[in-house]
Amino acid sequence: MDQLIDQFFNLEIMVAAWPTVRQGLWMTLLICLAVIPMGLAGGLIAAYAAVARARALRWGAIAFVDFFRAIPPLVLLIFVYAGLPFAGLQLSPFMAVVIAFFLNNSAYYGEIFRAGIQSVGTGQSEAARSTGLSAAQTQAHVVLPQAMRNVLPDLLSNTIEVIKLTSLASVVSLGEMLHAADLARSVTYNASPIVLAAGIYLVLLWPLVRIVSRFGRRMDA
Amino acid sequence: MTQWERFLDTFFNAAVLTRYAPDILAGVWVTVQLSILIVIVGIGLGAGLAMLRAYRVRVLSLLIVIFADVFRALPPLVLILIAFFGLPNAGIMLSSFLVLFLVLTLTLAAFAEEIVWAGLTSVDRGQWEAARSTGLGFTQALVWVALPQAVRLAIPPLTNRAIAITKMTALGTVIGVPDILNQATTAQSFSGNASPLMLAALAYVALFLPFVILARWLERRFAWKKV
Repeated sequence: MDQLIDQFFNLEIMVAAWPTVRQGLWMTLLICLAVIPMGLAGGLIAAYAAVARARALRWGAIAFVDFFRAIPPLVLLIFVYAGLPFAGLQLSPFMAVVIAFFLNNSAYYGEIFRAGIQSVGTGQSEAARSTGLSAAQTQAHVVLPQAMRNVLPDLLSNTIEVIKLTSLASVVSLGEMLHAADLARSVTYNASPIVLAAGIYLVLLWPLVRIVSRFGRRMDA
Repeated sequence: MTQWERFLDTFFNAAVLTRYAPDILAGVWVTVQLSILIVIVGIGLGAGLAMLRAYRVRVLSLLIVIFADVFRALPPLVLILIAFFGLPNAGIMLSSFLVLFLVLTLTLAAFAEEIVWAGLTSVDRGQWEAARSTGLGFTQALVWVALPQAVRLAIPPLTNRAIAITKMTALGTVIGVPDILNQATTAQSFSGNASPLMLAALAYVALFLPFVILARWLERRFAWKKV
Protein backbone atom coordinates (compact mmCIF):
# COMPACT_ATOMS: atom_id res chain seq x y z
CA MET A 1 0.00 0.00 0.00
CA ASP A 2 2.78 2.42 0.97
CA GLN A 3 4.49 1.45 -2.25
CA LEU A 4 1.39 2.35 -4.25
CA ILE A 5 1.00 5.71 -2.52
CA ASP A 6 4.68 6.47 -2.98
CA GLN A 7 4.52 5.54 -6.67
CA PHE A 8 1.33 7.41 -7.60
CA PHE A 9 0.65 10.06 -4.95
CA ASN A 10 4.10 11.21 -3.89
CA LEU A 11 3.38 14.80 -2.84
CA GLU A 12 7.03 15.82 -2.75
CA ILE A 13 7.52 14.76 -6.37
CA MET A 14 4.25 16.40 -7.41
CA VAL A 15 5.31 19.70 -5.88
CA ALA A 16 8.68 19.49 -7.63
CA ALA A 17 7.03 18.64 -10.96
CA TRP A 18 4.37 21.36 -10.71
CA PRO A 19 6.29 24.17 -12.52
CA THR A 20 6.99 21.83 -15.47
CA VAL A 21 3.43 20.53 -15.58
CA ARG A 22 2.05 24.09 -15.31
CA GLN A 23 4.10 25.12 -18.34
CA GLY A 24 2.65 22.15 -20.18
CA LEU A 25 -0.85 23.16 -19.11
CA TRP A 26 -0.43 26.52 -20.89
CA MET A 27 0.62 24.71 -24.05
CA THR A 28 -2.42 22.41 -23.76
CA LEU A 29 -4.69 25.45 -23.46
CA LEU A 30 -2.92 27.12 -26.40
CA ILE A 31 -3.50 24.04 -28.58
CA CYS A 32 -7.18 24.02 -27.56
CA LEU A 33 -7.45 27.71 -28.40
CA ALA A 34 -6.10 27.01 -31.88
CA VAL A 35 -7.78 23.73 -32.79
CA ILE A 36 -11.30 24.16 -31.35
CA PRO A 37 -12.25 27.32 -33.35
CA MET A 38 -10.55 25.95 -36.45
CA GLY A 39 -12.38 22.64 -36.14
CA LEU A 40 -15.72 24.42 -35.63
CA ALA A 41 -15.11 26.57 -38.72
CA GLY A 42 -13.98 23.61 -40.83
CA GLY A 43 -16.94 21.60 -39.56
CA LEU A 44 -19.39 24.31 -40.57
CA ILE A 45 -17.94 24.35 -44.09
CA ALA A 46 -18.05 20.54 -44.31
CA ALA A 47 -21.66 20.54 -43.05
CA TYR A 48 -22.87 23.08 -45.62
CA ALA A 49 -21.05 21.18 -48.35
CA ALA A 50 -22.78 17.99 -47.16
CA VAL A 51 -26.25 19.55 -47.53
CA ALA A 52 -25.44 21.48 -50.73
CA ARG A 53 -27.60 21.09 -53.80
CA ALA A 54 -24.62 20.19 -56.03
CA ARG A 55 -24.16 16.45 -55.88
CA ALA A 56 -20.37 16.55 -56.36
CA LEU A 57 -20.02 18.88 -53.36
CA ARG A 58 -22.26 16.68 -51.24
CA TRP A 59 -20.37 13.50 -52.05
CA GLY A 60 -17.03 15.21 -51.63
CA ALA A 61 -18.03 16.35 -48.14
CA ILE A 62 -19.29 12.91 -47.12
CA ALA A 63 -16.10 11.27 -48.42
CA PHE A 64 -14.00 13.81 -46.48
CA VAL A 65 -15.95 13.28 -43.25
CA ASP A 66 -16.00 9.48 -43.44
CA PHE A 67 -12.34 9.23 -44.41
CA PHE A 68 -11.17 11.28 -41.44
CA ARG A 69 -13.57 9.52 -39.08
CA ALA A 70 -12.01 6.20 -40.14
CA ILE A 71 -8.38 7.24 -39.55
CA PRO A 72 -7.10 7.26 -35.96
CA PRO A 73 -6.00 10.80 -35.02
CA LEU A 74 -2.58 9.52 -33.92
CA VAL A 75 -1.99 7.91 -37.33
CA LEU A 76 -2.94 11.18 -39.00
CA LEU A 77 -0.66 13.15 -36.69
CA ILE A 78 2.32 10.87 -37.28
CA PHE A 79 1.67 10.90 -41.01
CA VAL A 80 1.68 14.70 -41.07
CA TYR A 81 4.66 15.01 -38.72
CA ALA A 82 6.89 12.14 -39.88
CA GLY A 83 5.56 11.29 -43.35
CA LEU A 84 5.26 14.67 -45.05
CA PRO A 85 8.95 15.59 -44.51
CA PHE A 86 9.72 12.83 -47.06
CA ALA A 87 7.78 14.92 -49.57
CA GLY A 88 9.83 17.95 -48.58
CA LEU A 89 7.27 19.42 -46.19
CA GLN A 90 8.92 19.86 -42.78
CA LEU A 91 6.47 21.07 -40.14
CA SER A 92 7.05 22.12 -36.54
CA PRO A 93 5.33 19.85 -33.97
CA PHE A 94 2.79 22.62 -33.27
CA MET A 95 1.91 23.05 -36.94
CA ALA A 96 1.66 19.28 -37.42
CA VAL A 97 -0.73 19.05 -34.45
CA VAL A 98 -2.83 21.95 -35.74
CA ILE A 99 -3.11 20.50 -39.25
CA ALA A 100 -3.86 16.92 -38.15
CA PHE A 101 -6.43 18.08 -35.59
CA PHE A 102 -8.00 20.51 -38.06
CA LEU A 103 -8.71 17.61 -40.46
CA ASN A 104 -9.92 15.27 -37.70
CA ASN A 105 -12.04 17.87 -35.87
CA SER A 106 -13.59 19.27 -39.03
CA ALA A 107 -14.87 15.80 -39.86
CA TYR A 108 -16.41 15.22 -36.43
CA TYR A 109 -17.82 18.74 -35.97
CA GLY A 110 -18.99 18.64 -39.60
CA GLU A 111 -21.05 15.51 -38.99
CA ILE A 112 -22.65 17.13 -35.90
CA PHE A 113 -23.46 20.41 -37.68
CA ARG A 114 -24.92 18.49 -40.63
CA ALA A 115 -27.26 16.57 -38.33
CA GLY A 116 -28.21 19.89 -36.70
CA ILE A 117 -28.94 21.68 -39.96
CA GLN A 118 -31.00 18.75 -41.20
CA SER A 119 -32.95 18.66 -37.94
CA VAL A 120 -34.44 22.08 -38.72
CA GLY A 121 -37.56 21.61 -40.84
CA THR A 122 -37.60 23.06 -44.38
CA GLY A 123 -40.68 25.09 -43.44
CA GLN A 124 -38.41 27.27 -41.29
CA SER A 125 -36.19 28.41 -44.14
CA GLU A 126 -39.13 28.72 -46.54
CA ALA A 127 -40.91 31.00 -44.10
CA ALA A 128 -37.73 33.02 -43.51
CA ARG A 129 -37.11 33.45 -47.23
CA SER A 130 -40.71 34.52 -47.81
CA THR A 131 -40.31 37.35 -45.28
CA GLY A 132 -37.60 38.75 -47.55
CA LEU A 133 -34.45 37.43 -45.80
CA SER A 134 -31.62 36.46 -48.14
CA ALA A 135 -30.34 32.88 -48.23
CA ALA A 136 -27.34 33.82 -46.07
CA GLN A 137 -29.48 35.77 -43.58
CA THR A 138 -31.87 32.82 -43.35
CA GLN A 139 -29.03 30.49 -42.41
CA ALA A 140 -27.41 32.91 -39.96
CA HIS A 141 -30.54 34.10 -38.16
CA VAL A 142 -33.04 31.26 -38.51
CA VAL A 143 -31.54 27.87 -39.35
CA LEU A 144 -28.17 27.88 -37.58
CA PRO A 145 -29.38 29.08 -34.16
CA GLN A 146 -31.95 26.28 -34.06
CA ALA A 147 -29.48 23.76 -35.46
CA MET A 148 -26.90 24.67 -32.81
CA ARG A 149 -29.45 24.34 -30.02
CA ASN A 150 -30.52 20.91 -31.25
CA VAL A 151 -26.98 19.52 -31.28
CA LEU A 152 -25.49 21.43 -28.34
CA PRO A 153 -24.92 18.24 -26.27
CA ASP A 154 -23.04 16.61 -29.17
CA LEU A 155 -20.97 19.74 -29.77
CA LEU A 156 -20.01 19.86 -26.11
CA SER A 157 -19.24 16.15 -25.93
CA ASN A 158 -17.05 16.38 -29.04
CA THR A 159 -15.24 19.39 -27.59
CA ILE A 160 -14.39 17.30 -24.52
CA GLU A 161 -12.94 14.68 -26.87
CA VAL A 162 -10.89 17.36 -28.65
CA ILE A 163 -9.42 18.59 -25.36
CA LYS A 164 -8.55 15.00 -24.39
CA LEU A 165 -6.99 14.43 -27.81
CA THR A 166 -4.50 17.26 -27.29
CA SER A 167 -2.61 14.75 -25.12
CA LEU A 168 -1.56 13.01 -28.36
CA ALA A 169 0.66 15.99 -29.11
CA SER A 170 3.07 14.52 -26.53
CA VAL A 171 3.91 11.80 -29.06
CA VAL A 172 5.46 14.35 -31.43
CA SER A 173 7.32 15.98 -28.50
CA LEU A 174 5.16 19.07 -28.31
CA GLY A 175 5.55 20.22 -24.70
CA GLU A 176 1.90 20.07 -23.65
CA MET A 177 0.77 18.88 -20.22
CA LEU A 178 1.14 15.12 -20.71
CA HIS A 179 4.55 15.53 -22.36
CA ALA A 180 5.73 17.72 -19.48
CA ALA A 181 4.41 15.26 -16.91
CA ASP A 182 5.97 12.30 -18.69
CA LEU A 183 9.29 14.14 -18.77
CA ALA A 184 9.11 14.59 -15.00
CA ARG A 185 8.17 10.92 -14.72
CA SER A 186 11.22 9.78 -16.66
CA VAL A 187 13.51 11.91 -14.48
CA THR A 188 12.05 10.80 -11.15
CA TYR A 189 11.17 7.18 -12.06
CA ASN A 190 7.85 7.91 -10.39
CA ALA A 191 4.34 8.13 -11.91
CA SER A 192 3.13 10.89 -9.57
CA PRO A 193 3.70 13.73 -12.11
CA ILE A 194 1.34 11.98 -14.56
CA VAL A 195 -1.19 11.47 -11.77
CA LEU A 196 -0.91 15.22 -11.14
CA ALA A 197 -1.62 15.87 -14.84
CA ALA A 198 -4.54 13.44 -14.67
CA GLY A 199 -5.89 15.44 -11.72
CA ILE A 200 -5.72 18.65 -13.76
CA TYR A 201 -7.52 17.02 -16.71
CA LEU A 202 -10.16 15.86 -14.24
CA VAL A 203 -10.62 19.37 -12.80
CA LEU A 204 -10.91 20.82 -16.31
CA LEU A 205 -13.17 18.18 -17.82
CA TRP A 206 -15.31 16.71 -15.05
CA PRO A 207 -17.72 19.69 -14.99
CA LEU A 208 -18.16 19.40 -18.76
CA VAL A 209 -18.76 15.64 -18.52
CA ARG A 210 -21.43 16.30 -15.85
CA ILE A 211 -23.15 18.87 -18.09
CA VAL A 212 -23.23 16.38 -20.98
CA SER A 213 -24.86 13.78 -18.71
CA ARG A 214 -27.46 16.33 -17.55
CA PHE A 215 -28.32 17.12 -21.17
CA GLY A 216 -28.98 13.43 -21.73
CA ARG A 217 -31.39 13.27 -18.85
CA ARG A 218 -33.22 16.49 -19.72
CA MET A 219 -33.92 15.35 -23.24
CA ASP A 220 -35.54 12.18 -21.95
CA ALA A 221 -37.81 14.02 -19.56
CA MET B 1 12.43 12.21 -61.96
CA THR B 2 9.22 14.12 -62.45
CA GLN B 3 7.24 15.49 -59.49
CA TRP B 4 4.68 12.73 -59.84
CA GLU B 5 7.30 9.97 -59.92
CA ARG B 6 8.92 11.40 -56.84
CA PHE B 7 5.54 11.41 -55.07
CA LEU B 8 4.94 7.77 -56.01
CA ASP B 9 8.45 6.82 -54.95
CA THR B 10 7.94 8.47 -51.54
CA PHE B 11 4.47 7.24 -50.65
CA PHE B 12 3.82 4.20 -52.88
CA ASN B 13 7.27 2.66 -53.31
CA ALA B 14 6.57 -0.86 -54.61
CA ALA B 15 9.85 -2.35 -53.28
CA VAL B 16 9.30 -0.94 -49.79
CA LEU B 17 5.64 -1.93 -49.79
CA THR B 18 6.32 -5.56 -50.70
CA ARG B 19 9.16 -5.73 -48.19
CA TYR B 20 7.08 -4.46 -45.24
CA ALA B 21 3.52 -5.51 -46.14
CA PRO B 22 3.78 -8.76 -44.09
CA ASP B 23 4.80 -6.80 -40.97
CA ILE B 24 1.90 -4.43 -41.36
CA LEU B 25 -0.45 -7.33 -41.97
CA ALA B 26 0.74 -8.83 -38.67
CA GLY B 27 -0.08 -5.44 -37.13
CA VAL B 28 -3.56 -5.55 -38.67
CA TRP B 29 -4.14 -8.86 -36.91
CA VAL B 30 -3.10 -7.40 -33.53
CA THR B 31 -5.34 -4.37 -34.06
CA VAL B 32 -8.31 -6.53 -35.07
CA GLN B 33 -7.90 -8.88 -32.09
CA LEU B 34 -7.64 -6.00 -29.64
CA SER B 35 -10.60 -4.17 -31.19
CA ILE B 36 -12.89 -7.18 -30.98
CA LEU B 37 -11.92 -7.88 -27.36
CA ILE B 38 -12.39 -4.23 -26.38
CA VAL B 39 -15.81 -3.93 -28.02
CA ILE B 40 -17.19 -7.16 -26.53
CA VAL B 41 -15.90 -6.70 -22.98
CA GLY B 42 -16.33 -2.90 -22.93
CA ILE B 43 -19.95 -2.83 -24.10
CA GLY B 44 -20.83 -5.88 -21.99
CA LEU B 45 -19.38 -4.30 -18.86
CA GLY B 46 -20.98 -0.93 -19.60
CA ALA B 47 -24.43 -2.44 -20.17
CA GLY B 48 -24.04 -4.52 -17.00
CA LEU B 49 -23.19 -1.42 -14.94
CA ALA B 50 -26.16 0.48 -16.41
CA MET B 51 -28.46 -2.38 -15.38
CA LEU B 52 -26.97 -2.49 -11.88
CA ARG B 53 -27.65 1.25 -11.66
CA ALA B 54 -31.31 0.57 -12.46
CA TYR B 55 -31.71 -1.09 -9.02
CA ARG B 56 -31.06 2.37 -7.54
CA VAL B 57 -28.93 1.23 -4.61
CA ARG B 58 -27.51 4.59 -3.58
CA VAL B 59 -23.89 3.68 -2.83
CA LEU B 60 -23.61 1.41 -5.85
CA SER B 61 -25.06 4.03 -8.22
CA LEU B 62 -22.70 6.67 -6.86
CA LEU B 63 -19.68 4.42 -7.47
CA ILE B 64 -20.85 3.66 -11.01
CA VAL B 65 -21.34 7.36 -11.78
CA ILE B 66 -17.89 8.22 -10.44
CA PHE B 67 -16.31 5.45 -12.52
CA ALA B 68 -18.13 6.57 -15.68
CA ASP B 69 -17.27 10.24 -15.13
CA VAL B 70 -13.58 9.67 -14.44
CA PHE B 71 -13.08 7.43 -17.44
CA ARG B 72 -14.96 9.84 -19.69
CA ALA B 73 -12.95 12.84 -18.46
CA LEU B 74 -9.42 11.40 -18.61
CA PRO B 75 -7.50 11.10 -21.90
CA PRO B 76 -6.78 7.37 -22.49
CA LEU B 77 -3.12 8.12 -23.20
CA VAL B 78 -2.74 9.53 -19.67
CA LEU B 79 -4.17 6.33 -18.18
CA ILE B 80 -2.00 4.19 -20.45
CA LEU B 81 1.19 5.94 -19.29
CA ILE B 82 0.20 5.79 -15.62
CA ALA B 83 -0.56 2.07 -15.84
CA PHE B 84 2.40 1.14 -18.00
CA PHE B 85 5.12 3.12 -16.22
CA GLY B 86 3.66 3.37 -12.72
CA LEU B 87 2.38 -0.10 -11.91
CA PRO B 88 5.68 -2.01 -12.38
CA ASN B 89 7.35 0.14 -9.70
CA ALA B 90 4.49 -0.77 -7.40
CA GLY B 91 5.20 -4.45 -8.07
CA ILE B 92 2.46 -5.04 -10.67
CA MET B 93 3.78 -6.13 -14.07
CA LEU B 94 1.31 -5.94 -16.94
CA SER B 95 2.17 -6.50 -20.60
CA SER B 96 1.70 -3.51 -22.92
CA PHE B 97 -1.08 -5.44 -24.71
CA LEU B 98 -2.92 -5.93 -21.42
CA VAL B 99 -2.50 -2.28 -20.37
CA LEU B 100 -3.92 -1.06 -23.69
CA PHE B 101 -6.78 -3.56 -23.51
CA LEU B 102 -7.69 -2.63 -19.92
CA VAL B 103 -7.58 1.15 -20.42
CA LEU B 104 -9.61 1.17 -23.63
CA THR B 105 -12.09 -1.42 -22.35
CA LEU B 106 -12.76 0.59 -19.19
CA THR B 107 -13.07 3.78 -21.26
CA LEU B 108 -15.58 2.17 -23.61
CA ALA B 109 -17.43 0.68 -20.62
CA ALA B 110 -17.77 4.17 -19.09
CA PHE B 111 -19.30 5.61 -22.26
CA ALA B 112 -21.46 2.51 -22.84
CA GLU B 113 -22.80 2.74 -19.28
CA GLU B 114 -23.92 6.35 -19.84
CA ILE B 115 -25.46 5.55 -23.24
CA VAL B 116 -27.37 2.46 -22.05
CA TRP B 117 -28.43 4.25 -18.87
CA ALA B 118 -29.83 7.15 -20.94
CA GLY B 119 -31.71 4.52 -22.96
CA LEU B 120 -33.08 2.83 -19.81
CA THR B 121 -34.30 6.10 -18.27
CA SER B 122 -36.11 7.00 -21.49
CA VAL B 123 -38.25 3.86 -21.38
CA ASP B 124 -41.81 4.95 -20.59
CA ARG B 125 -43.03 4.34 -17.02
CA GLY B 126 -46.11 2.66 -18.43
CA GLN B 127 -43.91 -0.03 -19.94
CA TRP B 128 -42.49 -0.85 -16.50
CA GLU B 129 -45.91 -0.82 -14.86
CA ALA B 130 -47.45 -3.00 -17.55
CA ALA B 131 -44.55 -5.46 -17.34
CA ARG B 132 -44.75 -5.68 -13.54
CA SER B 133 -48.54 -6.05 -13.59
CA THR B 134 -48.26 -9.14 -15.79
CA GLY B 135 -46.35 -10.73 -12.93
CA LEU B 136 -42.74 -10.15 -14.08
CA GLY B 137 -40.26 -9.41 -11.31
CA PHE B 138 -38.12 -6.26 -11.38
CA THR B 139 -35.16 -8.09 -12.90
CA GLN B 140 -37.37 -9.78 -15.49
CA ALA B 141 -38.99 -6.46 -16.45
CA LEU B 142 -35.53 -4.90 -16.72
CA VAL B 143 -34.10 -7.65 -18.91
CA TRP B 144 -37.09 -8.49 -21.11
CA VAL B 145 -38.95 -5.17 -21.39
CA ALA B 146 -36.77 -2.16 -20.58
CA LEU B 147 -33.38 -3.32 -21.89
CA PRO B 148 -34.47 -4.23 -25.46
CA GLN B 149 -36.02 -0.76 -25.87
CA ALA B 150 -32.95 0.91 -24.36
CA VAL B 151 -30.65 -1.00 -26.68
CA ARG B 152 -32.58 0.15 -29.73
CA LEU B 153 -31.96 3.78 -28.71
CA ALA B 154 -28.37 3.06 -27.76
CA ILE B 155 -27.20 1.36 -30.94
CA PRO B 156 -26.29 4.42 -33.07
CA PRO B 157 -24.32 6.27 -30.35
CA LEU B 158 -22.73 3.00 -29.18
CA THR B 159 -21.52 2.25 -32.70
CA ASN B 160 -19.95 5.69 -33.05
CA ARG B 161 -18.29 5.46 -29.64
CA ALA B 162 -17.02 1.93 -30.27
CA ILE B 163 -15.39 3.08 -33.53
CA ALA B 164 -13.78 6.11 -31.85
CA ILE B 165 -12.35 3.99 -29.03
CA THR B 166 -11.16 1.00 -31.06
CA LYS B 167 -9.34 3.50 -33.32
CA MET B 168 -7.39 4.45 -30.21
CA THR B 169 -5.67 1.05 -30.27
CA ALA B 170 -3.11 3.07 -32.29
CA LEU B 171 -2.07 4.59 -28.94
CA GLY B 172 -0.52 1.22 -28.13
CA THR B 173 2.38 2.28 -30.36
CA VAL B 174 3.56 4.57 -27.56
CA ILE B 175 4.10 1.64 -25.18
CA GLY B 176 5.25 -0.85 -27.84
CA VAL B 177 2.18 -2.88 -28.73
CA PRO B 178 2.99 -4.28 -32.21
CA ASP B 179 -0.15 -2.85 -33.85
CA ILE B 180 -0.51 -1.42 -37.37
CA LEU B 181 0.93 1.99 -36.53
CA ASN B 182 3.83 0.55 -34.56
CA GLN B 183 4.82 -1.79 -37.42
CA ALA B 184 4.56 1.11 -39.86
CA THR B 185 6.73 3.54 -37.88
CA THR B 186 9.35 0.84 -37.39
CA ALA B 187 9.30 0.00 -41.11
CA GLN B 188 9.52 3.69 -41.94
CA SER B 189 12.64 4.24 -39.90
CA PHE B 190 14.29 1.12 -41.37
CA SER B 191 13.42 1.93 -44.97
CA GLY B 192 13.76 5.71 -44.81
CA ASN B 193 10.59 5.93 -46.85
CA ALA B 194 7.04 7.07 -46.08
CA SER B 195 5.29 4.22 -47.93
CA PRO B 196 4.76 2.05 -44.80
CA LEU B 197 2.93 4.95 -43.12
CA MET B 198 0.75 5.36 -46.20
CA LEU B 199 0.00 1.64 -46.17
CA ALA B 200 -0.88 1.83 -42.46
CA ALA B 201 -3.24 4.75 -43.07
CA LEU B 202 -4.91 2.81 -45.88
CA ALA B 203 -5.16 -0.30 -43.67
CA TYR B 204 -6.99 1.73 -41.01
CA VAL B 205 -9.35 3.16 -43.62
CA ALA B 206 -10.02 -0.33 -44.99
CA LEU B 207 -10.71 -1.62 -41.46
CA PHE B 208 -12.83 1.24 -40.14
CA LEU B 209 -14.55 2.83 -43.16
CA PRO B 210 -17.15 0.02 -43.41
CA PHE B 211 -18.09 0.64 -39.78
CA VAL B 212 -18.24 4.42 -40.25
CA ILE B 213 -20.63 3.86 -43.17
CA LEU B 214 -22.61 1.34 -41.10
CA ALA B 215 -22.89 3.94 -38.31
CA ARG B 216 -24.20 6.50 -40.80
CA TRP B 217 -26.79 4.01 -42.02
CA LEU B 218 -27.83 3.05 -38.45
CA GLU B 219 -28.31 6.70 -37.55
CA ARG B 220 -30.69 7.18 -40.45
CA ARG B 221 -32.44 3.88 -39.76
CA PHE B 222 -33.08 4.65 -36.08
CA ALA B 223 -33.64 8.40 -36.46
CA TRP B 224 -36.75 9.96 -34.90
CA LYS B 225 -39.33 10.95 -37.46
CA LYS B 226 -39.09 14.67 -38.13
CA VAL B 227 -42.20 16.62 -37.12
